[in-house]
Amino acid sequence: MDSKIKHIDKSQFERIGLDKSDIKTVSGQNTSYWKDAFRRLSMNKAAIAALVIIIIITLFSIFVPAFSPYTISEQHLGHTYAPLGFRDPTDGHMHLFGTDSLGRDIFTRVWYGGRISLFISFSAVLINFIIGIIYGGISGYAGGVVDNIMMRIIEIINGIPYLIIVILLMMVLPAGTMTMVIAYATVGWTGMARLVRGQIMSLKEQDYVVAAKVMGARPARIITKHLLPNTLSVVIVNITLSIPSAIFTEAFLSYIGLGVPVPLASWGTLANEGSRVFQMYPSQLIIPAICISLTMLSFNLLGDGLRDALDPRLRK
Amino acid sequence: MIKYIFKRIFYSFLTLIILVALTFFMMRLLPGDPFIGQKAIPETTLKALNEKYGLDKPMWQQLLIYFGNVFRGDLGISIHYNRPVNDIIRQAFPYSFDLGIRALIFATVMGILLGIIAAVKRGTHWDTLSMFLAIIGVSVPGFIVGSLLQYFFALKLTQWTGIAFFPNTGWNGFAAKILPSFALSLSSLATVSRLMRTSMMDVLSQDYIKTAKSKGLSQKAIVWKHAVRNAIMPVITVLGPISAALLTGAFVVENIFAIPGMGKFFVYSIQTQDHTMISGTTLFYGAFLIIANLLVDLAYGFIDPRVKLSEVKE
Repeated sequence: MDSKIKHIDKSQFERIGLDKSDIKTVSGQNTSYWKDAFRRLSMNKAAIAALVIIIIITLFSIFVPAFSPYTISEQHLGHTYAPLGFRDPTDGHMHLFGTDSLGRDIFTRVWYGGRISLFISFSAVLINFIIGIIYGGISGYAGGVVDNIMMRIIEIINGIPYLIIVILLMMVLPAGTMTMVIAYATVGWTGMARLVRGQIMSLKEQDYVVAAKVMGARPARIITKHLLPNTLSVVIVNITLSIPSAIFTEAFLSYIGLGVPVPLASWGTLANEGSRVFQMYPSQLIIPAICISLTMLSFNLLGDGLRDALDPRLRK
Repeated sequence: MIKYIFKRIFYSFLTLIILVALTFFMMRLLPGDPFIGQKAIPETTLKALNEKYGLDKPMWQQLLIYFGNVFRGDLGISIHYNRPVNDIIRQAFPYSFDLGIRALIFATVMGILLGIIAAVKRGTHWDTLSMFLAIIGVSVPGFIVGSLLQYFFALKLTQWTGIAFFPNTGWNGFAAKILPSFALSLSSLATVSRLMRTSMMDVLSQDYIKTAKSKGLSQKAIVWKHAVRNAIMPVITVLGPISAALLTGAFVVENIFAIPGMGKFFVYSIQTQDHTMISGTTLFYGAFLIIANLLVDLAYGFIDPRVKLSEVKE
């Protein structure tokens, strides 16, 4: 037996080596969760279009008021209610979206309004996010009595219609941009807190969290390193979808006369002003209306797209 | 089940008490004075007015009096109109309620139908169309829809055809009620149809649907007898938030179409800082919605046996 084996010569063997092309076909490229999500999102045409629209609207809101030849309160009483694309032959004033009842340039005002509206909704949602994640994180992680009490508080806040609380707050606080943010953030965080709590509750039973606990990790570390990163995808989708509701609230409050004070303009106050002369000059309402609706639509589409991209359960 | 009912009623009551206290303190914190208005008032008159409305007593006494009044159903006298708030609500609320109920029925029925169509014909043009409508409905605020409808269907259509299909404003006759109800219902309709579609698709992938299919039941029987009945449950849970959205949405729709409902009074009382009117209206709306939510929850407990089960487990 032994001699037979020794007979086999090394030259009879051939070294094949590692063929790189084979690896690719067998296992595919390595992708991280976020890369994969981004790839899925980029295949969703509606979501990408929405993202582009959001970026364009944000950039216009930032730069148009800064570079416009007019200020938001500059009045041109010589040509009030100018039509779209108006050009004054005498002094060469150009008004792309026309002017309003006081001859103020609507193009400048619309993008300035965008600044205010977007600022209010972004910061309100950011505050909601911070409060919600802390409140929901504590409630979900602590469980038991603490969780019970914290959830009952949310239940009571949710029992009162939020627009009524916001209206009451808006009346008490002095009119202004920050007031709007505060009023919305006072009641808006409950949804986020509930969502985070639910996620944390289910995540903390997972084996890897138990393992971390066994190894002696402190609760703060478990929450920040293990639990919160895993709720991130759901939270991002929720943030994207709550921006339209913040924009709506701002527009609604401005429309019933609780908006930012007069020299300022937001999309809601512009729509309110436009609605008074709507039957004669429809463009004055339609322009801010398009801005509000287009922004809300884009965030809704982007949110839907993100949910499809980030939720592993929806994958086919 | 009894325990569940009592628990829900207790929380609703607690919420109501907190709402009353909240409204009271908010109104006292308001900047400005309701009696300082168009013309200056002599010192003695001001004192008499403060006494009349109980504004000279200490805060806690005012709060207790307020609680007492509210739970007796007395919401005070409107400072601006010089009429009891109860009277104004009694006169104006039926209009708002009429508008709200029409919008609610339209939104739920149409929303459920759209959702069913989208789920059954998943991936077809029907699905795309109804989901497109749904996302438009969620994205366009009611006051914009209202203004546009009024402009094109009441104003322009009348100008083009010479026949007034829809009156511009008001709440007289059926034709006048179509546009405001539709404008108010659109966003709720969108919410219901999206929810119904998701829930319907969930149910359609269940095993008992497969069983029904392999039994040889017709598509119609499966959809209407097996799927819809189960899929409709989540829609019932959003009826509470939807009625809240409809009530507050009515503030602007009533203003656009000049309907003499509560919304008009409420918005006007905000502009005139009419303390008692605002707090009265707020409380009325708050209580209305809290009770509506309670009823929806209780109804859900009766309809869905799983709610009872989960309570037992606790």
